[in-house]
Amino acid sequence: MSMLRIFDVASSAISAQSQRLNVVASNLSNADTVAGPDGAAYKARQVIFQSALMGPPGQRDASVGVRVSTIAEDNTPGRRVLDPKHPSADAAGYVTYSNVSPVDEMVNMISASRSYQNSVEVMNTARTLLQKTLQMGQG
Amino acid sequence: MIPRLTDALDFHSQALALRSERQRLIAGNIANADTPGYLARDFDFAATLRDARGDGGAAAGIARGVMTAGGKPTPVLRYVQPLQTNLDSNTVDMDRERGKFMDNALKYDATLRFINSAVRTTLDAMKSHNQA
Repeated sequence: MSMLRIFDVASSAISAQSQRLNVVASNLSNADTVAGPDGAAYKARQVIFQSALMGPPGQRDASVGVRVSTIAEDNTPGRRVLDPKHPSADAAGYVTYSNVSPVDEMVNMISASRSYQNSVEVMNTARTLLQKTLQMGQG
Repeated sequence: MIPRLTDALDFHSQALALRSERQRLIAGNIANADTPGYLARDFDFAATLRDARGDGGAAAGIARGVMTAGGKPTPVLRYVQPLQTNLDSNTVDMDRERGKFMDNALKYDATLRFINSAVRTTLDAMKSHNQA
């Protein structure tokens, strides 16, 4: 019953995309953070997707889902602003902000939400088709 | 007698199995639209169905009355040629995949209808005329 596997594939995509949205949300909310709990400025995070074979380990078929393999940190130096009056300013009077680029994050968010919607659509179509298959021979 | 009753259904059921296989494949492509390095795959539906039924094609198969035993057709997967290259070498074209997905869903539905009407025709033929 290969149609049932569509739900696994689509839901793996949905959960991966929602994790991406989650990371985008935490990046956006930390766009103006000065220093994290460890004393260093927040670093933007990025999910890395990887395709994953679906199905039980012994009998994996050709259906390919997706999963988040790692969450990578962006190591570019953060924004430095001269503000000697700021409580977190360093000896030279510079304040280091996080390296989040709000424009990039917004684009990432739109892309993630579109992919999420696509997967929901895939699931709905599969559900309709399966429902019709169940009623085969009755109508 | 019985083989002749089920022959027409046999072809459609093979087509249905193949359609659902393709639906699953396209769902996998759509799910991996953002995976770096993923190569979109697809198969030639017509050729696979023709192979599954022997070279004569569906109509000839039905006319000959020779049906391959209900073996599951095995599609040969091929990589999709990308229309536009991508920086992360992902070859999923979302517009094309969605188009294929809807097209395949519609044809799956059509095959289901063929099966339903074939069943109804057979049932009607089996009913006696004074039964409603």
